[in-house]
Amino acid sequence: MRQDHLISAANLSRESIEAVLDRAAAIDADPAAYRQRHAGAVLALCFFEPSTRTKMSFDTAMKRLGGTTVDMGTVESSSVKKGETLADTVRVVEGYADAIVLRHPSEGAAKMASEFVDVPLVNAGDGAGQHPSQTLLDLYTIRERAGLDDLSVGIMGDLKYGRTVHSLAHALTNFDVRQHFISPESLRLPRNVRFDLHESGAQVREHTDLDAVLPELDVLYVTRIQRERFPDENEYHAIAGEYRIDEETLDAARDDLSVMHPLPRVDEIAPEVDDTEYARYFEQAHNGVPVRMALLDELLTQAEAER
Amino acid sequence: MSDHELRVSKIRNGTVIDHVAAGQALNVLAILGIDGSEGEGVSIGMNVPSDRLGRKDVVKVEDRELSQSEVEVLSLIAPEASINIIRDYDVVEKSRVDRPDTVTGLLSCPNRNCITNDNEPIASKFGVVADGVRCAYCGDIVRDDIAAHLDVQS
Ligand SMILES: [Zn+2]
Repeated sequence: MRQDHLISAANLSRESIEAVLDRAAAIDADPAAYRQRHAGAVLALCFFEPSTRTKMSFDTAMKRLGGTTVDMGTVESSSVKKGETLADTVRVVEGYADAIVLRHPSEGAAKMASEFVDVPLVNAGDGAGQHPSQTLLDLYTIRERAGLDDLSVGIMGDLKYGRTVHSLAHALTNFDVRQHFISPESLRLPRNVRFDLHESGAQVREHTDLDAVLPELDVLYVTRIQRERFPDENEYHAIAGEYRIDEETLDAARDDLSVMHPLPRVDEIAPEVDDTEYARYFEQAHNGVPVRMALLDELLTQAEAER
Repeated sequence: MSDHELRVSKIRNGTVIDHVAAGQALNVLAILGIDGSEGEGVSIGMNVPSDRLGRKDVVKVEDRELSQSEVEVLSLIAPEASINIIRDYDVVEKSRVDRPDTVTGLLSCPNRNCITNDNEPIASKFGVVADGVRCAYCGDIVRDDIAAHLDVQS
């Protein structure tokens, strides 16, 4: 990957993405070969926000590489509660671990933290910023069925605050992908992501309505619209209802459409979709382990080489 | 004696920052950390008629020459400004300001959820983009009214 940390999908090149995905595929094909690869290595899990799946996925990935993990625990039980800065926390944790995974509620937290440590640091979500390891597993899932070029990808839901959306949009600019963004007016992509997409020359279109674009999509990436984004309960229900997927919605879709979701979902994808050929989201979640194994392998191997 | 000279008298040694956009003179002083407390003579002309800008501000600071970094920072809020270094009533250097690549510690990020607005031991840092500045941490872009985000320590 030729980088010390993974902070933002905006810094990922096509080559570095493909290197991780190829390695993940190799791991998937022969997981036993990687079982002792990082024996003795320690990964620190620093989650300043609640998380189950991302944390468990990194935990599992590290253990399947032969390593172990140390977990900061919840913010309530840690020294952060006593007012310790993030900069101090990561400098201390660096002494315990060979790599750090960080989730934090403030945008830019991972970038800042990475400036204080020498071990590789992975951004596992910084507020409404980025979540690049999720993007790698999203891309892995897309690539398995459809490759990563000459695609139409629709990204729908909360595009403003959705960090998985921001990372995915950045990463897709490396490929020949037409990006369609489908959201209510108030949850459109933030200005900075728009700026980057524009700068990259990506083919981007924005829609408020899925119907117009659904028939041409290879991938529909659904994200949750959260109640707290709307001041008014009724307005929330009305708007969220327009961006919900069920079997009937998908009548207009191509047969080989992949419906994806970073999970957890609440009701934006009806359970009846789970049993269709469209549903890829559980497979997507499972891909988190080999992809994060590949990512950790890449970062740890490089850090060892430089030591 | 012209209208201009009535408002802002000549200085012997120091810096004249001319062609500042109207209304920005106080921000220029704030950026430079000049508040008169060091005993330096400061004069300001605001809304002075100008051929180039219609109305402009002019700032004169006695016995103080701007450093290169001060000049760079100035370019962000006063891109049209020209800087004249005065020695013994003569203009010895006259330059337009160049935009820097980054600005550290001077602006505060407008994104309240940005890590630079938490209580962390870091200075804000902005990259300079085509028509604004961009937070190096959260990526937020400030286009209009950069001066409103000046993180002035009083
Ligand atoms: Zn910021």
